[in-house]
Amino acid sequence: MAKKIIVDPITRIEGHLRIEVVVDDNNVITDAFSSSTLFRGLETIIKHRDPRDAGFIAQRICGVCTYSHYKAGISAVENALGITPPLNAQLVRSLMNIALLLHDHVVHFYTLHGLDWCDLLSALKADPKKASQVAFHYSEYPLGTGADELKEVQKRVGDFAKQGALGPFNNGYYGHKTYHLSSEQNLIVLSHYLKLLAIQREAAKMTAIFGAKQPHPQSLTVGGITSVMDVLDPTRLAEWKSKFETVRDFVNRAYYADIVMAASQFNKEDSVLHGCGLKNFIAYEEILLSRGKHLLSSGIVLGGDLNTLHPINEDLIKEEVTHSWYEYHDTKEVQLHPYDGQTNPHYTGFKDGESVGLSGKLEKSKVLDPHNKYSWIKSPRYDGMPMEVGPLASLAVGLAAKNPHTTKVAHQFLKDTGLPIEAIFSTLGRTAARCLEAKILVDNGLQTWDSLVENLKSDQSTCAPYVIDKNKEYKGRYIGQVPRGMLSHWVRIKNGVVENYQAVVPSTWNAGARDSKGQKGPYEMSLIGTKLADLTQPLEIIRTIHSFDPCIACSVHVMDCKGQDFGEFRVDPSFARFDKGGQHG
Amino acid sequence: MPLSAHNADKDIHEEMEKNGIERRDFIKWAGAMTATFALPASFTPLTAKAVEVANRLPVIWLHMAECTGCSESLLRSEDPSIDSVIFDYINLEYHETIMVASGHQADLSLEQAIEKHKGNYVLMVEGGIPKGTEYFLTMGAQARTGAQECIHAAKHAKAIFAIGTCSSFGGVQAAYPNPSNAQSLDKIISQPIVNVPGCPPSEKNIVGNIIYFIMFGTLPRLDAYNRPTWAYGHRVHDLCERRGHFDAGEFVQHFGDENAKNGFCLYKVGCKGPYTFNNCSKLRFNSHTSWPIQAGHGCIGCSEPNFWDTMSPFEEPISNRLIVPVTTAFGGAGADKVADTVGVVALSASAIGIAAHALISGLNKDKDA
Repeated sequence: MAKKIIVDPITRIEGHLRIEVVVDDNNVITDAFSSSTLFRGLETIIKHRDPRDAGFIAQRICGVCTYSHYKAGISAVENALGITPPLNAQLVRSLMNIALLLHDHVVHFYTLHGLDWCDLLSALKADPKKASQVAFHYSEYPLGTGADELKEVQKRVGDFAKQGALGPFNNGYYGHKTYHLSSEQNLIVLSHYLKLLAIQREAAKMTAIFGAKQPHPQSLTVGGITSVMDVLDPTRLAEWKSKFETVRDFVNRAYYADIVMAASQFNKEDSVLHGCGLKNFIAYEEILLSRGKHLLSSGIVLGGDLNTLHPINEDLIKEEVTHSWYEYHDTKEVQLHPYDGQTNPHYTGFKDGESVGLSGKLEKSKVLDPHNKYSWIKSPRYDGMPMEVGPLASLAVGLAAKNPHTTKVAHQFLKDTGLPIEAIFSTLGRTAARCLEAKILVDNGLQTWDSLVENLKSDQSTCAPYVIDKNKEYKGRYIGQVPRGMLSHWVRIKNGVVENYQAVVPSTWNAGARDSKGQKGPYEMSLIGTKLADLTQPLEIIRTIHSFDPCIACSVHVMDCKGQDFGEFRVDPSFARFDKGGQHG
Repeated sequence: MPLSAHNADKDIHEEMEKNGIERRDFIKWAGAMTATFALPASFTPLTAKAVEVANRLPVIWLHMAECTGCSESLLRSEDPSIDSVIFDYINLEYHETIMVASGHQADLSLEQAIEKHKGNYVLMVEGGIPKGTEYFLTMGAQARTGAQECIHAAKHAKAIFAIGTCSSFGGVQAAYPNPSNAQSLDKIISQPIVNVPGCPPSEKNIVGNIIYFIMFGTLPRLDAYNRPTWAYGHRVHDLCERRGHFDAGEFVQHFGDENAKNGFCLYKVGCKGPYTFNNCSKLRFNSHTSWPIQAGHGCIGCSEPNFWDTMSPFEEPISNRLIVPVTTAFGGAGADKVADTVGVVALSASAIGIAAHALISGLNKDKDA
């Protein structure tokens, strides 16, 4: 008999995510539902404010991809006003984006995803000397895997475990049948897990050097950047480069090596060899290497056909809310383009039902209503089709575009692991693609730095001038590639204030609910067909969902309020500022 | 310097020796921590003593309506390092961004932690909490609301910290028109709360409060908004590296101008440093790497209540406003309410100063032209 499994909260992600699946008598997942259970309303809050503030509020969509929405919010307004920031500003923004992408990818694999692949308690049984030798199978110069160092890691975590106070490592699925690394391999990953806690700090500083702080940098402004003193300071430029090299070292000697190791050990584990039912991918160009030249490619790949690259038509990006806790007003359209987007909350709640509890028995629980609305995330569609975004999409698009940087790294990885190219369309491939993107960045990122240094020799400008004409209407957008995939922000400006604002974010594309035609999004598609070894320990679900690096606060759409009564606005056109009417003046 | 995790019944010196830590190093560390809290050097032996008798502090960290930026900030901690915080100082029993367990096992971890450490754990809450519209945030197989979870976990907590501006004051989602009716933690639970605002607070301000509690076994002294005065006792303006330019009337007129290259004061491009209480100008962010004013952007006032409404537009000075909102930093529940009379007078004086400087600077500019 079919049974329901609920995983809520999905931890080691950003935000609040619930996954519900239905399994058959063989414990194979036959249906899946992805639901965000948090609504915040940021796009509404941006409305009626000074357009220069949009980026600061949009940034607070997420403190993990903390720079992505800041850059998107500022760039969308620049696009609307017709501003092109000076090359220095563009390059510095790219350096900050390189830093964020690298930071996010290493943190994702070790802090968030690593323990889905590595059995921490098994690592305590390893022979450190043997493990030290094993590390050389995957890297010529392995990092943090000397026998003494591994022994120390083991002792540190071991003492911790002996006290019976495992803290954040409590209640993991230790000993689960689908863990396939040897004790020695587990110890290597564990050592890198601890090392990463220091590396991520350095990667964050790379953003902070030109960005003031991380999370939530504060040095972009409409027209350019403000950290001109840092840009003109040779010690700051050198500091960025030095930290880049530290992170590069970690990516080459730890991250890439561990991914090759995981690929070689999990290459017979069925639950990670599929997990990509959709195979429609969309990605956007990113990382300015020099004027007009980007590192990553734009385009669309359909049905996993890497021989055909389709161009992106922005008009075909739309969102619908058939199964999301919103409703559209005053329109017969099922899908709306973001410039006209609406987000009117319409909560229909959970139903009473049953699901498998901790003990394996069915227990009363609140369950999603699959026939109705069941998530705070909308469903973006491209030309009516669901699409996967993220590093796997960027990899597929890069291969279809014959991007030399992508092709080189991908072919090396397939050679190192002995996997066929089809293997990238899987949970394992998605996790690997994130690492390959980091590899492409560490292999090429210094070109951006070189371009900045070269340009500074003749040009020190960092901001473009502009005026916001209160009598003019503007509309503009940002589209780019951020750690979790293609991100777009869409803005309309009227009377000198924001008239409408919509963000279509990577995790919305991936985590969205099914649409009016019953088409499922990437999260839901990826789970179907997966067999669970133990219904009370759904590690396979968590591993596949984590391979997308969920960022759920990002993906929750926010009220547009079109058709709702906010009637009490009084806008002073001479000063881009809203106020509630009737309270003073 | 990592300190060993230890139990109260174990000898700290034995534990330290086992970990290769000498007494001298320990006192050095205690001295550094004493300085962090701006305490006189005579407190150093007390600091050392306090840590000696402390347990590894059980901590439960809850996630509400948030962006997870505060958790990310916690992860950036360097002195002490985040691994040291997790392994040596605290027993982080529940933290969704870091913890291994998900779903039922995660719920189990929470219940076990509350039960095991009843009356002894510290609760930290990140994010605003929808009130009256609780369905904007639910969690767990039983779809309990965020508010229920806070009330439940707060019941047996020894101390409660609201980490970040969202749980301290409602934060960005509570900005006008607050579509999800998000509230600060103190509107949800009735126990006393220490607010650690900032968007996000620096890693120093988060970990510093944990260390303070471990060391002294008591809550720090608070201001009128329940912010610890060791971190929020001074205005950003007071120790700003560009303060000399403010006093000299030298201002950046537009981002990207010559004055920006020279590091002049950012007041005229919207810096809210004079109205914001925080230690950013002293401790900065990311282990002292930088802070907004160093990066040439003004302070946006992110540790003040309702700053999203009262401090915006962020790139215009407050005095330039043509419409004064209902509550500003100058009136209502604004920042200066926390200052004593002397502070208010001083700020009024500096406001006059600002106007004068702006005028002088404007004249100079005209002269240059």
